[in-house]
Amino acid sequence: MASTTTTVPSAGPVSGSRSFLSRLRQGDEIAHIITFLFAVSVVLVTLLLVFDLWQGSSLPRHKFGFNFFRTSVWDPIFDHFGALPFIYGTLVTATVSLLIAVPLGIGAAIFLAELAPARVSDTLEFFIDLLAAVPSVIYGLLGVFIVVPLMRQYIQPALKHSLGFLPLFQGPAYGVGFLTAGIVLAIMVIPYIISVSREVLLSVPRDQREAALSLGATRWESTWKVVVPFARGGILGSIFLALARALGETMAVTMVIGNTPAISASLFSSGYSIAAVIANELTEATSNLHYQSLIELGLVLFLLTFVLNGLARLLIVATSQRGAGMGNA
Amino acid sequence: MNSRLRWRKFVSGFMLAMTGVCALVSVSVLFLILGYLVFHGGTSISWNFFTKLPAPVGETGGGMANAIVGSGKLLLLAALIGVPVGFFGAIYLAEFSGSTTAFVVRYAADLLNGVPSIVIGIFAYSLVVLPFKHFSTLSGGFALGLMMIPITLRSTEEFLRSVPNALREAAMALGASKSKTIATVIVPAAYRGILTAVLLAFARVAGETAPLLFTAFGNRFWSQGWNQPTAALPEMIYRYAISPYDDWHRQAWAAGLVLLGLILIINIVARAILSRGIAVPRT
Repeated sequence: MASTTTTVPSAGPVSGSRSFLSRLRQGDEIAHIITFLFAVSVVLVTLLLVFDLWQGSSLPRHKFGFNFFRTSVWDPIFDHFGALPFIYGTLVTATVSLLIAVPLGIGAAIFLAELAPARVSDTLEFFIDLLAAVPSVIYGLLGVFIVVPLMRQYIQPALKHSLGFLPLFQGPAYGVGFLTAGIVLAIMVIPYIISVSREVLLSVPRDQREAALSLGATRWESTWKVVVPFARGGILGSIFLALARALGETMAVTMVIGNTPAISASLFSSGYSIAAVIANELTEATSNLHYQSLIELGLVLFLLTFVLNGLARLLIVATSQRGAGMGNA
Repeated sequence: MNSRLRWRKFVSGFMLAMTGVCALVSVSVLFLILGYLVFHGGTSISWNFFTKLPAPVGETGGGMANAIVGSGKLLLLAALIGVPVGFFGAIYLAEFSGSTTAFVVRYAADLLNGVPSIVIGIFAYSLVVLPFKHFSTLSGGFALGLMMIPITLRSTEEFLRSVPNALREAAMALGASKSKTIATVIVPAAYRGILTAVLLAFARVAGETAPLLFTAFGNRFWSQGWNQPTAALPEMIYRYAISPYDDWHRQAWAAGLVLLGLILIINIVARAILSRGIAVPRT
């Protein structure tokens, strides 16, 4: 949507306090000030949040420095905290989830944007939107009672049988673990990839498709070699959005990852994630250092999602503007 | 038709069919979730579920009346924070602000929107829970309200901006002041959109669990007043699902069904409100 700011000239030239008073009586200045205060409060709260995280994590930042991210001992009793297992768990689960969600999501988005008739596409998009509204604790619930038993009994043994020579798929099949958390996360982020990618694909100008088809490309070739490359920035943006969401996801991961601070090459073994350890330990932190270490983890999470969301927004806006610009030409 | 062309046509058909499969798989997840919840939770929903307190540990039966009321109280508080700030902030962005302030406010809102919910929980914990020295409904409502602000703000602004300038100019030409124009012309013209925005924000925070773990905390009894910890539906689902008791699992399913039903209904109603008429009456 083209944003158009209205600047309706105020009645008559502004001259001195009388005009200010009359405008005050009409309520314009009051409305301006009140709405301004509300708008500014959003900025202040956001700044306060960043400040709070920064200040709240000063102890471990000074005590451990960069070692906080390099060591893997998380020991509340001896007050030593290294965040490596949590960072590892967060990255591994997010990677697994993207490996599953990206092909599925982009495939579905291509179908919705390129193939499906408008009514079918809109109906399916409606369901996708509803799917995006499902709370994470519900995904966790289904993860615990449906996905975990399924993994333990069928999927993990099958993977071990066929791909067991890889270190990724070795070890006992508990059901909970990196792989399960990754799969649940994948299901959660697919709707985001689909919605955003569909929008971006729809914004690709029609000429691009017609040109490719008229040169003799098949429908798939025009889609894959022309439309998708045109939209790739926005699609990448949707993947970043999904990644940010996967990194910060708490409940579903906490319920299926197993909550063991360990680093293991096997995707079957149970692990821990940044968000999960905060959820489990913050209210039970035994010492100030323990509490502040958890806040530092929160700060890390905040910074990661901040960067990813910013990049995603830039890419998506740039791609849609490119499409809009060429479409109107 | 040579074999090369036949191969290309085959690839085209095959890949396009695969995209259809991807779409089908993705959408079917929604129905799988609904199916499982109805299958496991449907039988556990009873009158007791809505009217009884949780049974003492080890006994079966009981319900989640306190969690339902607790969720209601938390959402009321969230709306009291999120809706005014979002609404008035959006009016400022759409009608009053210059481009620099608007950029800063929008940037902050987008930043806040992207903050993981667990981090919002930490913030509410250190800002509200620690100074008062106990978990409370207030702190939970604060956390949820904080999450509502950016969603309400950004979509309300979009809808206000979609009101045509002709309406603003017409009102001004009749001699209405700017504030009068906003109150009597612009907001009424965009009210469906604004209502949708608020409802969607409401549905989004209704299912949030992570910020409640450190703030509302949970409670197996009625929460007295606003300054005590309270149970909430999503938080009860979490605690019951990871518990070792079969009867609690059963109730977690029931609570999941109630929560998801509520959220989906709000979503569908919100979209219906929007689609029954565009934001601006056609004249």
